[in-house]
Amino acid sequence: MTGAILQAIWSHWRRHPLQLATLLSGIALATALWSAVQAINTEARANYASATQQLAAGSLDRIIDPSGPMTLSQYRILRRAGWQVAAVREGRLAVAGGRINLLGVDLLSYPTLPAIAEASQVQGIAPVDALSAPGRLFARAPLAERLQATAGLPPVIASDQVPVGTVLTDIGTAGALLGEPEQISHVVVLSKQPKGIPPLDQIAPELRRISTQGDGGIASLTDSFHLNLTAFGLLSFAVGLFIVHGTVGLAFEQRRPMIRTLRALGTPMRTLRRLLVVELMILALIGGLVGLVLGLYIAGALLPDVAATLRGLYGAPVDGALTIRPVWVASGLGMALIGTAAASGQAFWKLARLPLLSTPGARAWSGQTQGSVARLAVAGLGLIGLGVIAVLLGDGLIAGFALLAGFLMGAALCLPFLLSHLLNLGGRTAGTALSEWVWADMKAQLPGLSLALMALLLAMAANIGVGTMVSSFRLTFTGWLDQRLTAELYVTARDDAQGAEIERWLGRHSDRVLPIRALEMEHESAPIFVYGVVDDQTYRQHWPLLTPAEGVWDRVVGGEAILINEQMARRNNLWPGDTVTLPPDLTYPIAGVYSDYGNPTAQAILSVDELARFGLPVPNTRFGVRLPSDKVATVAQELAASFDLPPDALIDQANLKARSMEIFDKTFVVTGALNILTLGVAGFAIFTSLLTLWTQRLPQLAPVWAMGITRRQLAGLELLRSVILAALTTALALPLGLMLAWVLLAVINVEAFGWRLPMFVFPVEWAKLGALAVLTALVAGLLPARRLLQVPPSDLLKVFAHER
Amino acid sequence: MNVRMILLVLLMALPGVAGAQGFAGLGATADGFAVPKRGNLLNFPDDHGPHPSFRIEWWYVTANLTGTDGRDYGIQWTLFRSALRPFESDGWQSPQLWMGHAAVTSPEAHFFDERFARDGIGQAGVTAHPFEAWIDDWQMVGPDFDHLNLRASGSEFTYDLDLVATGPLVAHGDRGYSVKSAAGQASYYYSQPAYQVSGTLDLPNGPMPVTGWAWLDREWSSQPLSEDQTGWDWFSLTFDSGERLMAFRLRGETDLFTSGTWIAPDGQASPIGNGHVTATPTKWDEATGRQVPIAWDLQLPEKSIDIRIEALNPAAWMGTTFAYWEGPVQVSGSHQGKGYLEMTGYD
Repeated sequence: MTGAILQAIWSHWRRHPLQLATLLSGIALATALWSAVQAINTEARANYASATQQLAAGSLDRIIDPSGPMTLSQYRILRRAGWQVAAVREGRLAVAGGRINLLGVDLLSYPTLPAIAEASQVQGIAPVDALSAPGRLFARAPLAERLQATAGLPPVIASDQVPVGTVLTDIGTAGALLGEPEQISHVVVLSKQPKGIPPLDQIAPELRRISTQGDGGIASLTDSFHLNLTAFGLLSFAVGLFIVHGTVGLAFEQRRPMIRTLRALGTPMRTLRRLLVVELMILALIGGLVGLVLGLYIAGALLPDVAATLRGLYGAPVDGALTIRPVWVASGLGMALIGTAAASGQAFWKLARLPLLSTPGARAWSGQTQGSVARLAVAGLGLIGLGVIAVLLGDGLIAGFALLAGFLMGAALCLPFLLSHLLNLGGRTAGTALSEWVWADMKAQLPGLSLALMALLLAMAANIGVGTMVSSFRLTFTGWLDQRLTAELYVTARDDAQGAEIERWLGRHSDRVLPIRALEMEHESAPIFVYGVVDDQTYRQHWPLLTPAEGVWDRVVGGEAILINEQMARRNNLWPGDTVTLPPDLTYPIAGVYSDYGNPTAQAILSVDELARFGLPVPNTRFGVRLPSDKVATVAQELAASFDLPPDALIDQANLKARSMEIFDKTFVVTGALNILTLGVAGFAIFTSLLTLWTQRLPQLAPVWAMGITRRQLAGLELLRSVILAALTTALALPLGLMLAWVLLAVINVEAFGWRLPMFVFPVEWAKLGALAVLTALVAGLLPARRLLQVPPSDLLKVFAHER
Repeated sequence: MNVRMILLVLLMALPGVAGAQGFAGLGATADGFAVPKRGNLLNFPDDHGPHPSFRIEWWYVTANLTGTDGRDYGIQWTLFRSALRPFESDGWQSPQLWMGHAAVTSPEAHFFDERFARDGIGQAGVTAHPFEAWIDDWQMVGPDFDHLNLRASGSEFTYDLDLVATGPLVAHGDRGYSVKSAAGQASYYYSQPAYQVSGTLDLPNGPMPVTGWAWLDREWSSQPLSEDQTGWDWFSLTFDSGERLMAFRLRGETDLFTSGTWIAPDGQASPIGNGHVTATPTKWDEATGRQVPIAWDLQLPEKSIDIRIEALNPAAWMGTTFAYWEGPVQVSGSHQGKGYLEMTGYD
């Protein structure tokens, strides 16, 4: 018996292979986009975790000497006073035609070093070899292989536990390779300290403890990035589910006669339901598996860009390679199952309530009444209200996203209501009976199409919103780069002595030299970089002040006031008129706030003379050089030759700008790709909905046809209907998209990056996008229209003869 | 992974895992390292300082103390030197490593901590005269070996004690040449068993002035255990009569090796050969998550010793990188007194 029922159920898919393909692609698309985003997130998080374990970044405080590297005797003083600290030596090492980041840590006291554990457990390497000469280097596989081929280095051990782009070693080995073996870059304060150790300012007042609070930036910044991606993933998932919903509804609708027959033959409803559930779950698994493969491919294609983004934007180390993790597979399949179940819940509910020998309704079976459209709209308004409440009550990224979600979902729920009123308005303009019928027919079709149109609305709004944000950001960023990078050439000297020589040399070979001198200090237990500037037209004319005012620069160069960056202003709620106190006790009024994109830490600007008042040695190794742009290349060459400077010590402005823009563009490649994919999925949803409706439309079209409207006209009207609905939806998506852009720029960005961006509007882009949406709807309507064109008149006649 | 792993792996890379006085590498072969020789006389004060050509060495102080509250306390202060290679060098890459252990034990509580450092950067070391042994802020310093100040601190305790010697140094075995197995493995070993102590313990309940007696062991070697020896039980006992006993029992796979030194009240020492002392566990305890004997019967017939030894706090487990049990004990039976017990190889 069961076999026969199964055969009957399955015969439907055999007769409708396109429908089966649609259903599977719906599930696969939803799963693919969701799991691609998940794969990217998981991979990136695994990368941070390994970096955090290695470096204890974000969890342990550091002690530095603001005047430069620490000495062994300073380390000894700390240790003899009882402070439990681990010494770290960092540096760049020139090997094999490139330079590598060498991270030397005191392996004897550093808290967690998975690389060494792995090496000793898996590869049988005695850690003692890492401690004594010549030592060992630990690096990721590709880098390790390159280093292994390099003569003159200690043995290299490949380990996945080492952060990307870093070579880990013992501090002794690092000292031997980098020179100045007694030099220490900083020390890490271990978490367990003995009772009663003396405070730092008693034993080594020249040292500064840098708290990781607030500097644990990587975590919060990257979290926001991943939250962004996750939101995108969910959006795509939801859009994919619209397809599943549409197809399952269609399949159930078309199988109604079969179900009726089976029940009439005595199949219990329960058996039928159970078998249909099993069928759907099998389809969900198949679709889910296809989606996982697809997702893996998408993630693999996007990950290098994501990795570049994270490295460029936050300095977070992420590998470009993807690993398949069981959690990811499980969550992908789980989402496919849950999503399919959710999308077909309504169909099952209807099935359960199906009278034994029901007759088909005159309207689309998934139709809502006018009352339910109004109820949906009320629910939508409620969601929008909840989003607003979330932002009013809470703050932070989550509240921002709650606002976004509330607006998007709420607007989607209001869409049928709005469209139906717009169609009413349209109906009033109708001059002929035919056009009146067209408007009325569209309204009648609205319930069946509304889910697909909601998908289109979401996709369009996301496109407009994200597109506006990215383009606004890009405009602002370009403008800011032009303002900020005014010097034609930037030079970094090895040390102060060389710095002085270079400054003298540049005095003869350039128009002006702008020393870039900075101290790392602490403000409200977060690190702050304080720059000292000389009075120069470059700053007065170009510096990107958010709060321009008369005499700002006079006050700063006169030592009366300080400038702070936007991140610090927003984080600490400090604005012109407030004051900033820097350790030990120098207080300055804030003269202005400047934008400082791409930098997570606080920054401030004083006159160079004021910087000297802190009594700390200020390194003098970096310079901005003003000179005619045609002389840049020659001067850079001469400079490199005269002082034997490595290539990365000299950066010309054009190069720097190009590199910054490259990082910027890569940052948003991912968002762009997800945008297009979402729109594609929405187009597909419209297509499936139109197909679904098609079957149910014959009874409604037949009378019109009988009244003398040709099939060609009907097909044309069919296309027109699809286009009008898409155009109306696009029109409604515009304000929603702008609203989304505003939330992204003014709420999400401030939380995620610490800066707010001015919003620019791009009507041409919207027009293009609208055209794209209309085109999508047109293409989606083509197949149903073609079918209508070819439907045998006998089929239309049958409508009057008997039931379908 | 921390240094624990480094040293454990180091330990495992070597044959014959063992831990006399809780330290690793004792069963290792002595390739390249100096080996103790019978007949080499100890030379003071130089021998108070380090012997870098030997693989392993320690400065080991235990003290039985009484607080002004009338209760018993025990403290431990130990500095181990372990050489990866038999030479010294300056800087981070010195092959000489230092490890410190410190503990305070009361009847209810046991606090301990450990420190690691390399030689060659001044973070830890020992100089013979004036005497100074230190690792981080832990130190044992004095104008000479008879007058020492002892300090250590952990996250829950600190102590600061003054030690004054009341008797001569005691050389164990054959004038300081102490045999550790039937196969002839040996170490250089001497003690100062009679320091009078006064000072303060700072515990979570507040400071506690204390007085009592301390015992200092000095030992260095390159391979003092034979490969099949899996652990040891070591006793340092001070009787109310003024007599003292050092006795140890090395547990092999098949047999036991026992040895010791009887110290008269005037510091006169007489060695006790293999098989003369019998020590038998009478009570086992699981308070520390493993079976550890915390009460013993000990007999030394030639000195009419028949005593019962009981731990002051059975939970005196040193959960350090190299874990072992070390704590103060009470002595009853034919003789009354106090002392320290160390047991390795039970984890």
